Amino acid sequence: MRIGLIGQPNCGKSTLFNQVAGYKAETGNFSGTSVTFTESGVRVMGTVVDVVDLPGTYSLAGTNPAEREVIKYLTSKEVDVVVNVLDASHLSLGLSMTVELLELEIPMVIALNMMDEADRMGIRIDVAMLEDLFGVPVIPMIASKGRGIQPLFVNAFQVGQKKQKPIQPEYSADIERALTILIDNLQNVESHLNTRALALKLLEGDQAVLNDVLKQNQGISADIKALKKSLYQQRGQSSEWIINGERVAFANKIASSVIKQGKRKITFRDRLDDFLLHPILGYVGLVLILYLFFQSVYSFGGLIEAPLMALFGQMEAWMISLLGNGESILTQILIGLIQGISGGVAIVLPYLVPFLIGLGVLEDIGYLPRIAFLMDALMHKIGLHGKSIVPFILGFGCNVPAIMSTRILEDKRERFISAALSTLVPCAARLAVVFGLVAFYLGPLLALVIYLFDLFVIALTARILSKIVPDTSPGLILEMPVYRIPTVRTVFNKAWWRIREFIVEAWPLLIVGSVVLSILNFFDVAIYLNALVRPISWILGLPQEVGVPLIFGVLRKELSLVMLGQALGSMTFPDVLTAVQMITYAVFVVFYIPCLATMVVIRKEMGGKIMWQIVGMTTLIATLAGLVARGLSEIFF
Amino acid sequence: MQLLDTPKNKTVRILTYEGGIGVGFKLRQLGLCPGREIKVLRYAPMGGPVMIDIDGRSVALGRGIAARVKVEVI
Repeated sequence: MRIGLIGQPNCGKSTLFNQVAGYKAETGNFSGTSVTFTESGVRVMGTVVDVVDLPGTYSLAGTNPAEREVIKYLTSKEVDVVVNVLDASHLSLGLSMTVELLELEIPMVIALNMMDEADRMGIRIDVAMLEDLFGVPVIPMIASKGRGIQPLFVNAFQVGQKKQKPIQPEYSADIERALTILIDNLQNVESHLNTRALALKLLEGDQAVLNDVLKQNQGISADIKALKKSLYQQRGQSSEWIINGERVAFANKIASSVIKQGKRKITFRDRLDDFLLHPILGYVGLVLILYLFFQSVYSFGGLIEAPLMALFGQMEAWMISLLGNGESILTQILIGLIQGISGGVAIVLPYLVPFLIGLGVLEDIGYLPRIAFLMDALMHKIGLHGKSIVPFILGFGCNVPAIMSTRILEDKRERFISAALSTLVPCAARLAVVFGLVAFYLGPLLALVIYLFDLFVIALTARILSKIVPDTSPGLILEMPVYRIPTVRTVFNKAWWRIREFIVEAWPLLIVGSVVLSILNFFDVAIYLNALVRPISWILGLPQEVGVPLIFGVLRKELSLVMLGQALGSMTFPDVLTAVQMITYAVFVVFYIPCLATMVVIRKEMGGKIMWQIVGMTTLIATLAGLVARGLSEIFF
Repeated sequence: MQLLDTPKNKTVRILTYEGGIGVGFKLRQLGLCPGREIKVLRYAPMGGPVMIDIDGRSVALGRGIAARVKVEVI
């Protein structure tokens, strides 16, 4: 049996999923799209059922790819029962999507989540009445505290077995008349939707559904037009609005009959925005929070990196003494292997793990949209909107999710600029380079300077790009979720899935790359690769050996540090590089060509042409920025 | 009057939204439809977004969008 979790953004759906999902949960894509879902096996009443966490959507209207995929998936018979997660503290808004789900006639259970929140707001909900009105079980719960989860899944399991259908919502008489006529005409049309839902979607003007129907019955187009026209004449509104309005009205009617509004308790959290979004204190808070975040990632990472690096250094020395002085190919391969492994364990993971946990905490507290609110005006100055800050922030973890997150932006231009700019954001891998090279040997303050310089370059690039591609989008529309205390489980699960991606997909590549380089080193192929990059390394005043690590760095950015040690013959960089060279190299690495994984995602999301444009742009920016860094640091060192 | 002209913490009712169907649709999904009562919670500085309260939910709207929302004082 398969249970689908569906709900609007910020309803606590993912918290619920994380409470039940095991560490083996898999993230997948809907075929042919970039819309993702997560799936996990869960034990319910002695059997294992599949639980699928679908992307959060506000409606099923098919206005964006996520909505289209969700509705297709729900009606594909792949899901036996749907769990509609509702935020009990904002019931009427959530119910408008419940009404859409009722139309689909799939077996359903309602998870009335965040009952504690509702309680705090003085909201009392008549659960029994809601069950009667919809004909589905309604389970009050508090997902973050694990309350109500057991009965929820037991009920879902039973409903799924009985294939119990919900009660259909009834709309105004004129709509029902139009539906009856349309349903009559649709008898011979094959669809994944039931005929009533199909008729509703057609009146609503869902283009994908309409195309599908017209393929089977060209003649129906005239009927639909006639019905829409007569509705327009009666109501003076286009049918898209009318159907939407009917659902909202139905949801509101239900909500007002089951909700009793009591007195709202004002708590600390309601006051929190007064500080965190304050015109002055808000920005002080923002800087402070980001600084603390940055500082704790650095100090934690450094704490782990130094002893681990020392350990791997000893291992390497021991190996060389055991196998002779690095002359044989076997020794070279083994050294490459150790360096590949140590690159992952000692350089990347110590920073990636605290970073992802910290990011998860900020995300779950609900601070990320607040950053969008605070930064909107500033982002406008560089020709973007506040929401575009989200890919940037995610970019600090990894550019891949950053590129993916540009999907939250509706506008194509905004997506392109945000994607291009987020490749300039130093991801955790480049963080490892900056920290491992600059902060470790020259002090954390200098690393911070490189970060600030990076932000400056991003702002400048944004200005230029937004002049080239002018803005046409209407602006920000973003819900600010209530502040919540993140649960340990949710944060760790999310971090673990992201870390696992690194371990499974990137790390092996890193180890292979490191070994391949050792072999190349042995056969002296490195000379040719170095010659290829020589024009750039020459202008930047870097030794020509940096060619190989830079080329391999495209594979994975952390290779540009691990292999630098390899190429120069020492992991103690001050012995082989000057301070100026270290800074210049770090700055170049921060900006140049996005890593292979990022390029692949850009191509998938926006096409090959844009990918190459971004590659060209970043190489140019990296060279210019490297020159500036070289010039400036020559003054100071 | 415009949503942008309302003082903070004053409850107003939405009359219309002047603009494209795409944005209108998004606003509706967040519950911002004509007849709904809302209030401005805060204005971000430097011409930043407006945060409004709708049924206890907070939604941020860019000034460009907020300027097109017409409201009446109750």
